[in-house]
Amino acid sequence: MRSIRLYLHYVSINIRCVMQYKTSFFLTAAGQFLVSFTAFLGVFFLFQRFSKVEGFTYSEVLLCFSVMLMEFSLAEMFARGFDQFSGMVRSGEFDRVLVRPQNEIIQVLGSKFELTRFGRMLQAVVMFIYGIIQSDIAWSFSKALTVIFMLIGGTAVFTALFLIYAAFCFFTLESLEFMNIFTDGAREFGKYPVGVYGEKMLLFATFIVPYALIQYYPLLYILGRRKELIFMFLPLLACWFLIPAILFWKFGVRHYKSSGS
Amino acid sequence: MKKYLSFFRLRFTMGLQYRAAALGGITTQFAWGFMEIMIFAAFYRADAGAFPMSFSATASYLWLQQAFLALFAVWMMENEIFDAIVNGDIAYEMCRPVSVYRMWFARSIATRLSRAVLRSFPILIVAAFLPHPYGLAAPASLKHFILFLITLVLGLLMTVSLCMLVYILAFFTISPAGLRLIFDSASDFFAGALIPLPFFPEKMQRIMELLPFASMQNVPLRIYGGSMSSYEMKRAVFLQVFWLTAITFAGNALCRLAQKRVTVQGG
Repeated sequence: MRSIRLYLHYVSINIRCVMQYKTSFFLTAAGQFLVSFTAFLGVFFLFQRFSKVEGFTYSEVLLCFSVMLMEFSLAEMFARGFDQFSGMVRSGEFDRVLVRPQNEIIQVLGSKFELTRFGRMLQAVVMFIYGIIQSDIAWSFSKALTVIFMLIGGTAVFTALFLIYAAFCFFTLESLEFMNIFTDGAREFGKYPVGVYGEKMLLFATFIVPYALIQYYPLLYILGRRKELIFMFLPLLACWFLIPAILFWKFGVRHYKSSGS
Repeated sequence: MKKYLSFFRLRFTMGLQYRAAALGGITTQFAWGFMEIMIFAAFYRADAGAFPMSFSATASYLWLQQAFLALFAVWMMENEIFDAIVNGDIAYEMCRPVSVYRMWFARSIATRLSRAVLRSFPILIVAAFLPHPYGLAAPASLKHFILFLITLVLGLLMTVSLCMLVYILAFFTISPAGLRLIFDSASDFFAGALIPLPFFPEKMQRIMELLPFASMQNVPLRIYGGSMSSYEMKRAVFLQVFWLTAITFAGNALCRLAQKRVTVQGG
């Protein structure tokens, strides 16, 4: 409970800090909106040419894309501190974190709260509404709940990925470029349901990095292609991915040697 | 000219030092290319008739795009230049008896080339050995290959000259963040980095091809696979030369104007 209060305090400091530069904040948020808007245009124009991809129509892809983008933006908003963690290790700032009598994950999480990702979030919400209007899904309470589960599970999965990304810095001091394929890459390629990429990729995204649990399977449930209730709860199951991520982080912290600066 | 050549040499050898970073880049770009190919393969399975060029040419386009990312990615700008403008170090650059525009131009080309030299060959070699429609095919003909090399160089110059405009505009706006976000996303879209230009609806494509952004990666990557008619190729090369002249000219003029009214920020 105390750590939650502490985290909220960190968030409020961060927000007040950003609000000192209002113009810069709004411009960056607008820029974020625009960046993902061109990604949307890419999908839009491809579907002018093709009517379906692996049985998924334009509006169905839009739903998939927008939910994925919301999940990613939420995780980026909260866990941005991990994304920029290499700087913290190199500057020796992490030494200061370790001497404080508080959980270090909360402190790193609190070091940065990226409110500008709100722009991307807004774009995702607009696209989501547009996708719903375009499609003819028979909405029900359980389907709406599935969307919320997807957001929770997705935020957890991406946060876990950011955590792993940061934990690598304990060993390399630098952020590893290839990890981008799991974060930015997943956002980019997660526009389309994982099933599009074939059987092997689906297996990978089910059992190794659980992208399919937060995207493909619940989407099938929402679209009414699968009726089993388990598909509704799979996104919550994806939260298990936080466990190996936190263990890896703890392992990293134990092996941490200060960079000395 | 000699001054700028030594700027170039300095930056180029410096860029070659970052070999570990290059290895990371190669892995990322290879994975990225692989995923791109899978998306387009899925669309191909859905409706092969709607494909504007052969699948093999599309795959070659995507692999070349990943291999030469460092030459054409507009978002890979020189952060040091922006830092110099923001923190006032620009004063030192302006004290030198050289043209700031040409110095930065030489430097940007060197950085991009050194990155591309380290990264492109491993990607090209692996992509060439992938099974037929998914890998990098041989160029359409010897003539196409030579033209590909020429337009590759023109495309690189074009990319750098557009980035130069952004550096110079940062003199006026000071904080380059918003400007960069807008420029990056717009040029990625119009250059065919997001999806190749032939995949856009015909009317849009016709307009997009005339814009300066289309003179970057779009021309060499499409010439390589032989998906342009000889008239289209001639026009594309002409447009490249035209835009390159126009934009370097505008950049130079803007740079002189910026230097006249520059305010050095602290130091």
